[in-house]
Amino acid sequence: MAISRRHPAALFAVLAVALGTTGAAYAAVSAQAAPKATVASATQVDQGKQLFLEGCSSCHGMAAQGSSDGPSLIGVGSAAVDFQVGSGRMPMAGPGIQAVARKTQYNTSEIAALAAYVASLGPGPSIPTAEMVNTSGADLAMGGELFRTNCAQCHSASAKGGALSQGRWAPSLMNSNNKDVYEAMVSGPQSMPVFSDKTITPSEKKDIMLYLSELQKNESPGGFSLGRLGAVTEGLFIFVGGMAALMIVAVWIGARAR
Amino acid sequence: MSTTSSQSVSNPPATKGGAAAVYIDERLASSNFTKRLLDKVFPDHWSFMLGEIALYSFIILLLSGTYLTLWFKPSMTEIIYNGSYMPLKGVKMSEAYSSTLDISFDVRGGLLLRQIHHWAALFFVAAVSVHLLRVFFTGAFRKPREINWVIGTLLLVLAILEGFAGYSLPDDLLSGTGLRIAEGIMQAIPLVGTYLAMFLFGGEFPGTDFIPRLYSIHILLVPGILLALVTVHLIMVFYQKHTQFAGPGRTESNVVGYRLFPVYMAKAGGFFFIVFGITTLIAALVTINPVWMYGPYTPSQVTAGSQPDWYIGWLDGAVRLTPNWETNAFGHTISWNLLIPALIIPGIMFTALGLYPWIEAWVTGDKREHHLLDRPRNAPTRTGLGVLALTFYLILWISGGNDILATAFHLSINQITWSFRVLLFVAPPLAFVVTKRICLGLQRRDNDKLLHGYETGRVLRLPHGEFIEVHEPISTHAAAVILGKEDIAPLALEAAIDENGVRNPKAKKNATRARLSSWFYSDNVATPTDEELKAALEHQAHALHEAQEHSGAIEGH
Repeated sequence: MAISRRHPAALFAVLAVALGTTGAAYAAVSAQAAPKATVASATQVDQGKQLFLEGCSSCHGMAAQGSSDGPSLIGVGSAAVDFQVGSGRMPMAGPGIQAVARKTQYNTSEIAALAAYVASLGPGPSIPTAEMVNTSGADLAMGGELFRTNCAQCHSASAKGGALSQGRWAPSLMNSNNKDVYEAMVSGPQSMPVFSDKTITPSEKKDIMLYLSELQKNESPGGFSLGRLGAVTEGLFIFVGGMAALMIVAVWIGARAR
Repeated sequence: MSTTSSQSVSNPPATKGGAAAVYIDERLASSNFTKRLLDKVFPDHWSFMLGEIALYSFIILLLSGTYLTLWFKPSMTEIIYNGSYMPLKGVKMSEAYSSTLDISFDVRGGLLLRQIHHWAALFFVAAVSVHLLRVFFTGAFRKPREINWVIGTLLLVLAILEGFAGYSLPDDLLSGTGLRIAEGIMQAIPLVGTYLAMFLFGGEFPGTDFIPRLYSIHILLVPGILLALVTVHLIMVFYQKHTQFAGPGRTESNVVGYRLFPVYMAKAGGFFFIVFGITTLIAALVTINPVWMYGPYTPSQVTAGSQPDWYIGWLDGAVRLTPNWETNAFGHTISWNLLIPALIIPGIMFTALGLYPWIEAWVTGDKREHHLLDRPRNAPTRTGLGVLALTFYLILWISGGNDILATAFHLSINQITWSFRVLLFVAPPLAFVVTKRICLGLQRRDNDKLLHGYETGRVLRLPHGEFIEVHEPISTHAAAVILGKEDIAPLALEAAIDENGVRNPKAKKNATRARLSSWFYSDNVATPTDEELKAALEHQAHALHEAQEHSGAIEGH
């Protein structure tokens, strides 16, 4: 009897509303996840393609499909391009075990064009908006916990970086800005794993960036930090500085006998 | 304190100090002992003060450590940090770590004292090690001081253990990582390892029992044994008298130097304040072990560049160099990758170190007492062996920082590891040969100086055009130092069959010994005999005279 009270079109109406809401919600969420992708103009993509063909295609292939010299860039997203090209790691100076950060080879609009082109090849993590890397209100202590759990094993608890196998290394984070850190987390450059929003939520990413900026202040309540390299430099110092000083005094006190 | 000794009651002391001394002496009968103590003569040499640095660091450790015990809580009770270090506020941690943070940030003078304590610990083990090298390279361990050498070796082992215990107490990320490795090493001991680790940690790692237990060990047990052994060590130096280098008037049966009171006391007392001052200065200026940066220990975390204090570095390096060998037998795993570097290698090294006086005495057959020290060049084989062991140690030590080397010099950590694996076997023997050759060269140079005098740098041109450099005889002090070297002949090879045709049962063993003795001594350069020296001195005087005559002649032009 409940069925008889409904209008025959009710089922379709409910379905339409449900689909519409889901679709709208999805559009909203995916727009948030990839805000840059929507603003890239066709000319920018074209300019990016031109730049790509000139500067990147020799290793990454004419259609960014990858080759024996470089990986495919389809689906890496604009974040990866902005990080790699923006930090001067790409284009690589020469073949090597790991791309070295150096002077940026492209200007801001060229990087944006390259990013737009690569982003147009397939969906991937995009360049974060200013709001996404704004750390005001983030949790510093939580950031420390997350940093020590996820980042310290390679970059060290002091963010000074560390050695990886076969000549690779995790670079120092002492000069990285929030955008770089965010892009590195979502794109996983070089040997770094990807920390997607499922692994570390956007708000947790803010916590990490806040903690890192605390480390970057390079405050050292105990005096000279000896490069924050831990016991190795401390051990070197006790011999080169401490024992040497005491032995000079000992020679001074002991000198006379002859 | 006055040292006036007065045995006679009939003659009352004139001064107040004298009266006090008589008062004490009548009750403790101490004047005789005090006088002997104050008149005790110690020889003078800068290298004899290395042991003093160790002693003074130990005193600094006791003082600063006592202060730290007032604030440190050796408890694994989990609490929420609410101190003044913002980046850790609200983080769950043990009371041990939280109280270490409080010492660093909220206790007045706490960070300075913590840093004094830690730097003094590095100083302590460094001074003990360098002191050990001095004693080794000068042969001061020889009869009658072998027992004191063993006590010194024990002190070194205990100092290393004590340092490691202290490093592990704050329960920060580095402490916990170090303890995790220590637990792994315990477990690597065949058969009993797992039981031992479970017993010490009170169950599975990390548990809540170990930090309080380690605290008792760190502040009571080991320092108590250290203090007792240091006392015995010093009493033995006192009774056996300090060794001295050869020089004018110095023999095997005297000690040339200053009385304890006042000169030596002033020097040693002043040196204590200098050691304390430099330690405090370093602690005030230079960070050590910034525990706040590493966070509380959690088994799920680890930081790149985790290193122990320097004195554990060689063991860490040995572990890093050893390939990942394991044997599985009868359901048990033998972890050679930990057993070899962390137990077998240090076991062999410390045993060889402790037994060295007897090993050398057996090889050389030298059973005499020695109170005059060897200059390292005059015992080339011993010096070479010392440098061999030191090279082995240093390569392990550097390997402990292979990751820091890799990042600092942009090298591959794998290549560094392989290079050190090779160097560990190649470099020590090479160091032995090079050191021995340098020692022998220095011996020849000593003889040269004795026989031909030293080069003055004055070059003369003789009337017929020849250039000569004027040599002058070296000082009597320098000559006495060089002549202090004694020439020892290697043990003679005994005949396998004696003159009556009877086989000597000990011959085979003795032959090995003779060969070793010859290896130890035979390359030594003989010191010039008295006749050679006399002739050389005459020749030197003659040549000098001639040169002077010529220089007069030239100047006359």
